[in-house]
Formats: sequence, structure tokens, C-alpha cells
Amino acid sequence: MTTSAERPCGARLLAALPADERELLVSLARTVALPAGTRVFEEGEEADRFWILCSGTVALDIHIPGRGSAVVETIGADGLLGWSWLCPPRQWHLGAETREPVLAWEFDAAAVRALCAERPALGLALVTLVAETIGERLRATRTRLLDLYGPSADGPAP
Amino acid sequence: MTLTPLPYRVVDRREETRDTATLTLAPSGEPLAPFAPGQFAMVYAFGVGEIPVSVSRILDSGRLVHTVRAVGAVSRALHGLGPGAHVAVRGPFGRGWDTTAARGRDVLVVAGGIGLAPLRPLLDTVLAEPEAYGRLNVLAGARSPDDLLYGDEIPSWRRPFAQATVDRPSAGWKGRVGIVTGLIGEARFRPPDTTAFVCGPEVMIRATARTLMHQGVDAARIQVSLERNMRCATGHCGHCQLGPLLLCRDGPVVGYDRAESLLTVREL
Repeated sequence: MTTSAERPCGARLLAALPADERELLVSLARTVALPAGTRVFEEGEEADRFWILCSGTVALDIHIPGRGSAVVETIGADGLLGWSWLCPPRQWHLGAETREPVLAWEFDAAAVRALCAERPALGLALVTLVAETIGERLRATRTRLLDLYGPSADGPAP
Repeated sequence: MTLTPLPYRVVDRREETRDTATLTLAPSGEPLAPFAPGQFAMVYAFGVGEIPVSVSRILDSGRLVHTVRAVGAVSRALHGLGPGAHVAVRGPFGRGWDTTAARGRDVLVVAGGIGLAPLRPLLDTVLAEPEAYGRLNVLAGARSPDDLLYGDEIPSWRRPFAQATVDRPSAGWKGRVGIVTGLIGEARFRPPDTTAFVCGPEVMIRATARTLMHQGVDAARIQVSLERNMRCATGHCGHCQLGPLLLCRDGPVVGYDRAESLLTVREL
């Protein structure tokens, strides 16, 4: 096993899917190239697609009145962009913008949900995969809440 | 190892961030024995106290380079010193990074905050002899872009992957946002053939090691630098005890196969 840059797109993310299910899912993808600065989606819009990034970086942001857009996280190669398509109300909670040219697999969310309904094993595997991603981001967010690099993070200092 | 503090004088001071500076110290007489990457010195600020500080660069001249973050009384005093000031130093102490174990293998360096300082001599070692190692990956996390250490050096570590990420981006920051473990999936290494070197806050070390093991890096191949209350630095006083380890003597660098169970015991 090697890490992202030398593997096919989505290799790490989709590794847990059985090969035939993975092929079925990937057959629904279309490759998109997004220039730097592309607004991929906006907060409040319908979450009707998701992406697996093959290369490049996307910033997730949220608009704060009077302060403009604040970037809360970035997603890099082999990352899943978007999970709001999976659960109601299926609206984006954040905005997304490419920071550099991005190559990605784009999936139509309705088509993927329909495939999952037809093939429960694939559905379970995909939900597990998305849950794993959500879990990683939740743990990362909790860790950031600790402000580990802050002045008093390690207690009294010499 | 020199148990008696030797006099050194500050010959250079470089402001790294708003609370962190790198001091270059020259011996006023006899120099200490040479340091290895990951080892530390006990640096005494006259009239204030003594703290352990890792070497952040190793020079042939007998000079010492320490990066100090002003977080307590002694570190604030050291941070405030300028050229011409005098300190006393003893060392070298502890077990440093085992670079021999990494030869022929991919190298993954993961740093959080000031944890990049003790890793820089390791990076210098690998970069001085690149053919002896596999792919070098450097992942650095910081609180904000202004808190990022050695930002001007990071591009030179891109062999093939070096990336910094911050918790709190400023308006002009075009780099990555999030914790440093989020970069691991993008790095270019072969987990079974990788030696990882990790330094930073302990929570970050645990999260990083867990992620690496999940990806297939052997715990014994994950070297972590741990910090406890080092006082004597010679393994006698016991202040830096972590279970069976005295970190000033048995550490600060420890394999995660030994450290993992110890780090999950509260108040150990």
C-alpha cells in the first residue's frame, strides 16, 4: 500500500468497498476539472452532488456578516467533499471553494442513493465510509477546540 | 555528557514568532560534547532557573542552537536574551531520534507547534544524505500562520511532500486549515516501509500515532518525543518519570510501542 499521490483517485477512500461495488459506484462518477477560485457550492443550496478529490485542495467556508468568509477546514487529495447529500435536509451547511486547480470525481447524489437502495450491501459500505469521514472530521474539530498550541495547553510551563 | 554547567554567550537571536525565538550560543570556554538530533540541554538563565531545551540545529562549530518559546518564567527570560547575554548550559542529555533505523526507508516527520524545533536537526540529517533515505514527508501544524516555525524553510523540505496546516487561518492564509493528522492521507509514503518521527502536544502525538498505525505503520517504527518535568536530566531525581521510564535518560524520544500504554494512564 502506498499513500495518495501515487494511487488511483479515491483509492484510500474507497478501499473498504468490495471491488465490484467500487466499480459500480465509480461508473456513476464523471471527472471534473475545476480552476482555482471556483465556488463549488454555497451554504443553504441543495446538496445534490459530492466529490472525491483526485488532486488539489478545496476550502470549506462559512460567511460571517461583517467579517466575510471564514475558512474552517481544507480538504485535500483523496478526500471526500460533501456529505450533506446523504441525510435530510440535504442542504450544504458550508460553502466550498477550490484553492488551486482541482481534479475530482463528481457523483450525482440521487443516482448514488438509488444505487444504494438497489444494493443494500453497497449502501451500508458507503454509509460506513461517509461515517468514517465524518468521524475523522469530528475528532479533528474536537482536537482543535482544545487549542493544543495555545499558551496554557500543557499546564504550567517552566 | 557534561554535568557541570558551562558558560555560553548568546551570539545571535532570531525572532521566529511573536513568542518564540531562536538563540545561537557560543561557548565562552570549552564547548559541550556534540549533540545528536533530538537530544536536549539544560539551559540556565542566571537568577531565574534552568529548563530543558532541545537543540533545533546542530552546528560543527561547537555552537548550540535552541528555539525557545516564552511560556514560563525561565523560558521568558531566555527568550528575552539578546547577543552578548550569558547563560550556562549542561548536556547533551537523553536519547535522540534514531535516524539509523530510518535509513533506506520512507521518512515521515509530523510536528505540532514548537515540536518542529527538535525535529529540525533530524530533517537536516536526512536532507544532508538524501540518497540514504526513501521519500521524506514533513507535516507541520500550528495554531495560526503567525505561529508557524521556520516557514521559510518548509519549501526546501518538499521531497516529495511538505505541508503546513493551521487551526486558525488569518485573512491572507492560502495554505491548509485543520489538524496535522488530516495531512497524513496526502503524504507519499509506504506505511510498512516508513519510519515516523512525531513531536508536539501529547494529544496530537496520540492522534498522529493512532492514524499512522491505522494506515499500517508499525508502532515500533513511530518515534515520539515526550516531555515531562525534567530537572536533574541525569535519571536521578525522578521528576520526569513516566511509568518505568525516566524520560531525561530513557527519552525524550521513545518508540510508540513502549509509549502507547503509558500515555493512556492518567497522571502517570
